[in-house]
Amino acid sequence: MAFPSTLGAGGERAQRSVQEQLTGGQSDVVGQVFRILLLISLGVSLVVLAILFQDVITTGSGVFTTRAESFLSGGLRGSAARSGISQAMAGTFWIGIFVVVFSFPIGVASAVYLEEYSTKGRLARLVDVNIRNLAGVPSIVYGILGLTIFVQQLEGITGGRSLMSAGITLAILVLPIVIITSAEAVRAVPGSLREAGYGVGATRSEVVRTMVLPYALPGIITGTVLALARAIGEAAPLYLAGVTTGLLPGKQGLLEPSQLRESFTALPVVIAEWSRNPREGFTEIAAAAIIVMLAIVLAMNTVAIVLRIRYEKKRK
Amino acid sequence: MSDLSLPSPGLTLADLHGDPRRVRTERIVKAVLTAAATVSILISAGIIWSLARETFTFVTEVNWAAVLFSDGWWPRQGVYDLRTILVGSLWVTVIAMVVAVPVGLGSAIYLSEYARPSVRRVLKPTLEVLAGIPSVVLGFFVLSVISPSVVQRIFDNGLFSLAAAGIGVGILSIPLVASVSEDALRSVPVALREASYGLGAKKITTVTQVVLPAAVSGLVAAFILAVSRAIGETMVVFIAGGAAGNQAFELSPLEPGLTMTAAMATQAKGTDQVVGEALTFQSLYFVGAVLFVVTLGLNLVADRFVRKVRQAY
Repeated sequence: MAFPSTLGAGGERAQRSVQEQLTGGQSDVVGQVFRILLLISLGVSLVVLAILFQDVITTGSGVFTTRAESFLSGGLRGSAARSGISQAMAGTFWIGIFVVVFSFPIGVASAVYLEEYSTKGRLARLVDVNIRNLAGVPSIVYGILGLTIFVQQLEGITGGRSLMSAGITLAILVLPIVIITSAEAVRAVPGSLREAGYGVGATRSEVVRTMVLPYALPGIITGTVLALARAIGEAAPLYLAGVTTGLLPGKQGLLEPSQLRESFTALPVVIAEWSRNPREGFTEIAAAAIIVMLAIVLAMNTVAIVLRIRYEKKRK
Repeated sequence: MSDLSLPSPGLTLADLHGDPRRVRTERIVKAVLTAAATVSILISAGIIWSLARETFTFVTEVNWAAVLFSDGWWPRQGVYDLRTILVGSLWVTVIAMVVAVPVGLGSAIYLSEYARPSVRRVLKPTLEVLAGIPSVVLGFFVLSVISPSVVQRIFDNGLFSLAAAGIGVGILSIPLVASVSEDALRSVPVALREASYGLGAKKITTVTQVVLPAAVSGLVAAFILAVSRAIGETMVVFIAGGAAGNQAFELSPLEPGLTMTAAMATQAKGTDQVVGEALTFQSLYFVGAVLFVVTLGLNLVADRFVRKVRQAY
């Protein structure tokens, strides 16, 4: 709490002299050490991030300078020198589509229900508690859900161990994030806006559509983008939903929807497998794949952070 | 919109009823939104149902001696010693907390009590970026930097170890500890700090004797949430813990090991159907159920602590 900043120059002088009299002119060594320790702990995150980026880039950039095209367009192969990430990119792309198509509408609708429609009755309380608990369920447990329901029970629709099973599983995994952040954005809409809407005779759904949602939109988008970034980086549930870790035959275009019911792989899984692989060259292509994934995920996070900051500023 | 001409003096109650078309739209919208909100309940029910069915089979049919008193986790040979993977999870969690709690709490205290707003605006996004790093990337980082240049230098052990994986999980948990703790510290009223300064207390005294005790239930919540997160973290341990499908009982964190999560991932990996002994497939669900119950319990306790902070101030 920096309340000295509220004082003027004269105030600061007065503060200093009071401080000197209180401390007997001695400097507070323990206090300074404590402050420096705190700063170091913040520095740890910065240093870790810096080393991580530096390590990934020095290890992986060689792949891009020597064979960028074959790496981006190639598929899973036995040797590191010929492996590429095109199939993984396609899998990750479609997982993103599932999140946008399922989690976004259901998440926003749930948030609007919770904040605008529910009468804070039993259903609303149940949904609220339930969502907060769902957000804390380990991701691999969602994998169990995917394995049981989408891979086994609904095999006829999803094609079993397929991209569709995985996409729906991850869409479910991030749904609580979309709901929680959207509900926060909706809650932040000033009541006066709603009242103005009702005052001119709008119904509840008209108020939601014309007043609440436009005002809450930046917050909702921020939450969805963060959820998307989370889904794209998530690997554990995919192992249970049947991701392919060995060789993957065939190569479809990125947008070919027929691949939805077929076996698949995804960027984070490819990274995990290559990182674990002790054979020559796999560390380098793992790092190269990480560069691609971090570029996507961090770009999304940056969009979300920037949106949030701009939006906070505007509201003040 | 309805007719805007002035209402005639003979206004009846019926005139206040809306246009039936708009009323119908309202009803449909409300039904759709309610249906969307119940999806989350269906998901919970789905998770519990998925876990319960096969777990029940496992619990009723397994030879319990193989769960409690055998040595090691060999699911394909019918040896399901829960201790082996519990010890693994415990080590990873303890090591992760040793990393994440001091660093996360220190960051939170600095951001909330010391940093000027301009400094905060620069430093806070660092934690947000760290929070956005996928766990597979941390797994890679543990194998390429933390294990060879930190853990192996000190302990001279193998590249894959639970200790190295635990440090990675700890780094992943820093942003969570920091953000929940910071919320707790910021919710302490300024008046308490001012009262402390008014009595002539130094900054450090104010922070450690007044602010931290006042925020303690929020800080406990941060700790519990981080424990829950560390127990549920899969990929770092899967990559850097050296997990094979099987694991002999091992007490040392400097050796390769399995956690509950990594045991599930390795077991599910690469097989079209988890094959092996009769209950191999069900053991996957059993571990999942244990994990689910443990993390749910921790989250519920943490939630209670968070609410305590809200009630107090």
